[in-house]
Amino acid sequence: MAKQRGRGMASVNYPTGMNLGGDPSQALIHATTTGSFVVTLSSVDLGQGLKTIMAQICAETLGIPTDNVIVDTADTDTGPHCMGTFASRGTHRIGNAIIMAAKEARAVLLEVAAEELEVNAADLETDGKGNIQIKGSPGKSISVLETALAAHFKHGRTISGRGIFLQPRSYPEPETGRMTPATCYAHACTVAEVEVDTETGEVAVLSLKSAYEVGRALNPRMVEQQIVGGAWMGISHALYETTEPYYPDRAHGPVDFNEYLMPGPGDLPKFENVVIERPAPDGPYGAKGVGEMTANSPIPAIANAIYDAVGVRIDSLPITPEKVLRALKAQAA
Amino acid sequence: MLEYSSKYFAEERNQSLHEVGVERPRSDVQGHVTGRTQFYADRNFPGLLHLKMVRSPHHHARIKSIDVSKALKVPGVVRVLTAADIPSNIYTILCLIQVEPNDEPVLAFDKVRYKGEQIVAVLADSQRAAREGAARVKVVYEPLPAVFDVEEALKPGAPLVNEYHGRNWFTYEGHHCRRVRHGDVEKAFAAADHVIEEKYQSSPIEHAPTETTGCIVVPDSNDRFTCYSNTQALYFTLDNSALILKSPFHKLRLVGGTVGGGFGGKVDVIVEPIAFLAAMLARRPVKYEFSREEEMQVSSPRAAERIYIKDGVMNDGRIIARKVRLYVDAGAYSRHSPYGTTKAAAHMPGPYTIPNVWVDSHCVYTNRTPSSAMRGFGVTIGDFALEVQMDKLARLIGMDPMEFRILNAYRDGDLKAHGKETTGAALVECIQAAAQLADWPIGERYKAMSSQRKGA
Amino acid sequence: MNRIPLRFHLNDAEIGEFIDSGTTLLSLLRDKLGLTATKSGCNQGSCGACTVLINGAPQLSCLVLAARCEGKSVATLEGVSDNGTLHPLQRAFMDGFAAQCGFCTPGMIIAAKALLDRNPDPDRGEVIDAISGNICRCTGYEPIIDAILAAAAEMRGGKRKSA
Repeated sequence: MAKQRGRGMASVNYPTGMNLGGDPSQALIHATTTGSFVVTLSSVDLGQGLKTIMAQICAETLGIPTDNVIVDTADTDTGPHCMGTFASRGTHRIGNAIIMAAKEARAVLLEVAAEELEVNAADLETDGKGNIQIKGSPGKSISVLETALAAHFKHGRTISGRGIFLQPRSYPEPETGRMTPATCYAHACTVAEVEVDTETGEVAVLSLKSAYEVGRALNPRMVEQQIVGGAWMGISHALYETTEPYYPDRAHGPVDFNEYLMPGPGDLPKFENVVIERPAPDGPYGAKGVGEMTANSPIPAIANAIYDAVGVRIDSLPITPEKVLRALKAQAA
Repeated sequence: MLEYSSKYFAEERNQSLHEVGVERPRSDVQGHVTGRTQFYADRNFPGLLHLKMVRSPHHHARIKSIDVSKALKVPGVVRVLTAADIPSNIYTILCLIQVEPNDEPVLAFDKVRYKGEQIVAVLADSQRAAREGAARVKVVYEPLPAVFDVEEALKPGAPLVNEYHGRNWFTYEGHHCRRVRHGDVEKAFAAADHVIEEKYQSSPIEHAPTETTGCIVVPDSNDRFTCYSNTQALYFTLDNSALILKSPFHKLRLVGGTVGGGFGGKVDVIVEPIAFLAAMLARRPVKYEFSREEEMQVSSPRAAERIYIKDGVMNDGRIIARKVRLYVDAGAYSRHSPYGTTKAAAHMPGPYTIPNVWVDSHCVYTNRTPSSAMRGFGVTIGDFALEVQMDKLARLIGMDPMEFRILNAYRDGDLKAHGKETTGAALVECIQAAAQLADWPIGERYKAMSSQRKGA
Repeated sequence: MNRIPLRFHLNDAEIGEFIDSGTTLLSLLRDKLGLTATKSGCNQGSCGACTVLINGAPQLSCLVLAARCEGKSVATLEGVSDNGTLHPLQRAFMDGFAAQCGFCTPGMIIAAKALLDRNPDPDRGEVIDAISGNICRCTGYEPIIDAILAAAAEMRGGKRKSA
């Protein structure tokens, strides 16, 4: 009886957005009198940080600092339609809607600034710090705040924009399954190193070393949040979690966190991650959906590492100590 | 530890970004660390009623009678709701994207089809009174034979789970499953050096958000109703609720957007319609939140899947055929499973270019808690099966598993099984980067490969 | 249920209330006093979201009868920011991207504060022990552990790990 080490790998891809499309989202943007920009949505932040990312996308497109963007979301009396937060669609779908709205708003912003500066709007650019200047001669400029004030009180114009993104619905051909499930895919590859205790059947994940291709990381630290949290969930799915431990038998269903097991803070492996970016042509600044995928590659990588360690295949999830011990017993027989 | 690699695809990246591609603090984090972030349940309303559900103790049973008289005598109980109170009791969430038929009652009346199914809602001044009232509702059942195994459920003579379908599977345009047909797998199997078939199985998985599913509905002035909810999709919830209540859409308002973890579990529309109705009838604010036990055993889990994969592989490492039979255990009702089953079919045969692919993906009804969306819906369990299978294939022919995957990985321009051309592929590069990170030796030939067909 | 008087110290205030004898501390805080930083995640003592300090020790407020707090000192997250100045733990959670959905965060910070109040120089294992009763479903725990260690270092006068 001993602790045996092994390693295994797995590589996966993941589609961005609702399968087969047909899932629109909208955004409305307007400037306040003092040059803040309000993004109005009905989208839901589940904790992945949607509100932050949407402010960044709006700021990038308008050419202003993220701090000057206010995201007002999730009231159906004010927010335009959003299909919802699922299917790794938020960043891609809502982000694209915001780019469309922000481009419209930016065009008005520059038109008003052009009138104020008595130049052609096509000759203007934003400096990213809250000013609009003449290309090549930053000395002649007007602030976004002054421009917004002028738009409201002098020109009678709304600096605003409307945006929607729709990936048109695909209908699968019933005989062959020909269809357009998604337009862009994220990718991942994980190498898992495990230690299997042949006496107890317990599996410890020692390290997860992964490469993730995410299109474009719009906020690198928040991509890291998804990667580490997702990899943890992958370990959890691989080794611990189920509401029906003797599926398809319905007995022994857990009802609390004492029975429904997940890895605790003391069960963490060493995480090492590399991020690769191949921008998606239809993604907002190239971004793909990455939140769901991060849980997927660790699961089979761990299963394969267990085989590498002790030579038994557990082809059913979760890979509990009981299953490992039964397999080792069968192997010895 | 995380690093960004600039080694791959540098020429495709816009290098002049200012507000994206850079670290910015989370706009919500100060609220999180001070406890000022307002979740739906952080709102207090005077006169709030608590809703507690009477649930089926049986996996499958006919309801003979429902007697609520003793519940109504419990001090603090205000009223009860049964199926007769629901204007349009039979619904299915995805009717909004034309998935048919309506197959699930908001409140069960003639039958229960899974353990935990909701039957009677009890409204009371306090949680304690609501629980006590629910305990006093008397439902008489006639237990029926139940089916729990997806392949058993498909056999002739299996107990019929859901009469609205008339059979234990979802029908896709006349087919008993979602099909993908690409090339000729049987011909390829005959030509393959090796053919192996393996079976994979998963069990249901709970989303386990730290905040359980719930909502509070408040009657506003002017005969409108506001629902403070932790749904993942406000309009999905609003539209389904209005259809169930036969209410003009404009009378309902959803407020949310701040959620204590979703992971797909809060895409279902379970608590809001009944809470809307309760608030309309009682003319008081109503809160319906899942207990932790309800969240774990009654709310939709990630579906259990059973997947058979049969592969034909050549000694040189090429996979020439893949045949997949996939069974999604939808439980008693459709919810999002017909969608997820199609997504699972579309995902096959994984990120590899295989010239002959055959997929039958079944959405099967059984007498268990309906499953629904969860992080990686339609893909996570498929990836487990595919990638364990890939490991077995590599070992079978004596190839390194990374090199085996790089060889078979899809490249730009490759035709996928569902008929689309591959674009933006990056699997080869991910494998190369992971190999380098993990000091996993791969041959120079494989290090030089690319997802891009340069010069082609 | 009987109505009983209760007096206790809560953050910076003396509280005097009449409560139902069966009221939990969690319910008193959230439903009656309107202090909603303390979260209700399971109401069965298995998730840690409702963690508060009672006489300095971390306790699950969903399992504590409010009546048992008579004469005691209760601290919640609302009392952790000193006159609007964020506690080093709060800043470390922000800088370290240690919160996602934010629902477990109050309980985590309280559990961590209980540790640092009695042990200003914990090692990684001690931090892990201190938060092992608190469920987080989003982060994978690692950034939370790092944030607590960073806050401890700062409170000892050392340099903070993250910029």
